[in-house]
Amino acid sequence: MKRPRKVIVIGGGLGGLWAALRVAEAGHQVDIFSLFEVKRSHSVCAQGGINACFDTKGERDSVWQHIVDTLKGGAYLANQPPVKSMCEEAPGLIRTFERMGVTFSRTAEGLMDLRLFGGVKNRRTVFAGASTGQQLLYGVDQEVRRQEALGRVQKYEWWEFLSLVKDGQGVCKGIVAMNLRTMDVKSFRADAVILASGGMGQVFGHRSTNSTNSTGTAACRVYQQGAWFANSEFFQFHPTAMLGDDKTRLMSEAARGEGGRIWVPKDPSDRRKATQIPEHERLYFLEDWFPSYGNTVPRDVASRAIWKVIHEMGLGVGGEDKVYLDLTHLNPGFIEQRLHAILDIYRKFHGADPVHEPMEIYPSAHYAMGGLWVDFENDKTDGGMKPGSPRNHATNIPGLYACGECDYGYHGANRLGANSLLSASFSGRVAGEAVSNYLKGLQDELQAVPEQRFNDEIARQRTINKQLTETQGKENPYTLHHELGEIMSSQVGVVRDNTTLQEALSSLQDLEQRSQAVSLRETNTWSNQALVFTRQLQDMIKLGQVITASALARDECRGAHYKPAFELTQPKDAYPGDPAYEAYREAWKQQNEKWLKTTITEQSDSGPLISFQPVDLSVLPPEEPRDYR
Amino acid sequence: MMDKTIDLDIRRQDTPYSPPYWQGFSIPYREGHNVVSALMAIRELPITRNGDRVDPVAWEFNCMEEVCGACSMIINGHPRQACSTLIDTLEQPIRLEPLSKFPIVRDLMVDRSRIFSDLKKVRAWIEIDGAWDIHEGAPRISPEAWKENYLYSRCMSCGCCMEACPQYGPEKVFVGPASLAAVRLMNNHPTGSYLKKQRLHAIMAEGGISDCGNAQNCVRVCPKEIPLTTAIGELGRQSSLQLLRDLFGKSQ
Ligand code: SF4
Ligand code: SF4
Ligand code: FES
Repeated sequence: MKRPRKVIVIGGGLGGLWAALRVAEAGHQVDIFSLFEVKRSHSVCAQGGINACFDTKGERDSVWQHIVDTLKGGAYLANQPPVKSMCEEAPGLIRTFERMGVTFSRTAEGLMDLRLFGGVKNRRTVFAGASTGQQLLYGVDQEVRRQEALGRVQKYEWWEFLSLVKDGQGVCKGIVAMNLRTMDVKSFRADAVILASGGMGQVFGHRSTNSTNSTGTAACRVYQQGAWFANSEFFQFHPTAMLGDDKTRLMSEAARGEGGRIWVPKDPSDRRKATQIPEHERLYFLEDWFPSYGNTVPRDVASRAIWKVIHEMGLGVGGEDKVYLDLTHLNPGFIEQRLHAILDIYRKFHGADPVHEPMEIYPSAHYAMGGLWVDFENDKTDGGMKPGSPRNHATNIPGLYACGECDYGYHGANRLGANSLLSASFSGRVAGEAVSNYLKGLQDELQAVPEQRFNDEIARQRTINKQLTETQGKENPYTLHHELGEIMSSQVGVVRDNTTLQEALSSLQDLEQRSQAVSLRETNTWSNQALVFTRQLQDMIKLGQVITASALARDECRGAHYKPAFELTQPKDAYPGDPAYEAYREAWKQQNEKWLKTTITEQSDSGPLISFQPVDLSVLPPEEPRDYR
Repeated sequence: MMDKTIDLDIRRQDTPYSPPYWQGFSIPYREGHNVVSALMAIRELPITRNGDRVDPVAWEFNCMEEVCGACSMIINGHPRQACSTLIDTLEQPIRLEPLSKFPIVRDLMVDRSRIFSDLKKVRAWIEIDGAWDIHEGAPRISPEAWKENYLYSRCMSCGCCMEACPQYGPEKVFVGPASLAAVRLMNNHPTGSYLKKQRLHAIMAEGGISDCGNAQNCVRVCPKEIPLTTAIGELGRQSSLQLLRDLFGKSQ
């Protein structure tokens, strides 16, 4: 009889809970570590929906089209077999969610309703009111609670992951973590560890739509122990985020879709209230620059245009980093009905009513396409990812797996709307199944790993804590975080160039030095949030360097990574066959030859080390440049 | 003119075992502050109104969009979410206190793990054969039924309703309104209803529905406007029926 093994899952969002569920169902014992009660994870913030082809709208939607949209949306940078499998298995995944009791919105016939989402032609997005992520997370949370009641899962909520413990062969055999209440540092043995720690938007400071705990810290800690990052330069910026000192909040695409207009006063020093500025003194830049799409240009294009108006033309409203998103010209009854959720959130958090005054917005760091590098096994029979293979979602550290937003798996250079809840859930399930099979192949006993390895690591972590608590430097960790956010969003943001990126790298190095010289100003040894935050800050700065170094290395424009000095522009009035177009096509092909590859970032003493890996293009080789005409 | 400030009086407690005390803070006024962002300003420069340098205030927060339920506290006497409470809507000095029905961890942080163990007690889940595709979804659900269920599915376990409920507390066994509403939600799912009897039995036992005094406080404070008392009413009727069934041995 096979004995149950022990698995640690770090993070209790969609990815982590799915992984935990599948491992527990395979009969193994799971310990979930989370910074807070798992039900409070960032997955709850996703509002829009989750993609799966059900073709119930008479549009002849197909799984193949979902694959194509995902791959092209990602500018071909994603390895294709995993994407193929994800899209194929999406409907089955949604059906499972439905059985868990997720309250998906219904059609008159009682079926799951579908909505249209950005970047695609067919209705393919299942949703649960305006809180899809919350409902999906709760669905899995309930199932995990049941496993907990059955004794297969144990939760360590209010614990922070600090580091991995490896055996003599470099195989991951457990972790060291810190109790966020008592501040106790302890080790935990495990036959395998799954990292599902989520996004890293906080690297961009408050200019991010991510939750305050989405720091990327856990991923950065395993990076410092040898795990690779991949494609970290690719960060999606959401064009219409509502400003705030604490964080920016997402205003969904729908605001533009329903007729919202984006503008700035032609005179940035205009101090009048927005509604008092006459029409001819406003610059509707999206409508001027993109006459055929106007305000409904894709996310990237909108973000770049807003960037240009503010940072290159100096036309931000009142000289600040913001533009107006205006709904006031629309019928109040109509927008109330169509955009209720958006109006609500703006009123609640801004205290102003978008029906009567324009909203203030700015592009914000929203989603990391890049993340920890993970493997997959190609299924030779159908060209997808081989189900159950222990290679799937394995990092380059044996015994360590990663899933959810902290991995780099499915989105290539840019993510399609409503694919994030899908990849989080799917990758969690796959990682759980992969780990269960990895355990089958394990020979040695967990207890064989000498206790010394664990104790050494505990001692190392305690020393770090002690040093930080005792340092009497002059830096304030919270102030440094603002500076980090400022560097990242202004120099490694929507528009990039190599000189600025170089500057950012040296500013980050400087910041790293300064972050060693902090004073915590917190003496309490109980729930010392300053200690926790400072450690996270140091790792966020490291992550900033990973992102910046990767961005510096890639001299092209692809997906969300935009470096105008290397932009290829489609000739305006030329079509396939015309010499101008053919020359463009040739340049496009050459660009792919040179840059269609995965960026790998590895930790070294001299900073992030960059290398490249080929992309598996076996499903849909890129032959044609995209043509939006 | 004096520079405008935001004045806060905060109830603090260093550890679960130490006595509470109050401290006043004043931070420069800024438009758009909510209670969490004001606390962030304090943590960056934790100096009291009297000019004493103190430990920063500890509290919980994550989503900042009133959807994770982390940041509940008592603000000017009312349990609510700190992230969605705008300073401009509050009378000053703003009084911040931790929820009183849960054990204090430190300052404004409390330990709400009981909420989750009560969800276990009432079996707030649907039994599925496994988290794999069975090539079939759940049975259809009418848009009307969906609409009602959806209201309940938004409960973020924030604890505000429990704070407001006179029947809920550290010395009492009552599971509280949110757990009852979870039972209502699970019982109304087409396959979730297979466990209806067990869930009803769970809430007909000690600490269950009969502890509710129908004070209606819960429904007034829920930030997600969950119709808690409607759920409790429905469950009351279902429990009475179940009791009859139990007595007369009729199967469900
Ligand atoms: S109605 Fe019941 S649950 Fe709600 S506050 Fe009153 S006693 Fe508590
Ligand atoms: S019912 Fe409302 S107040 Fe009670 S825990 Fe849920 S969301 Fe909070
Ligand atoms: S921080 Fe999530 S509800 Fe306030």
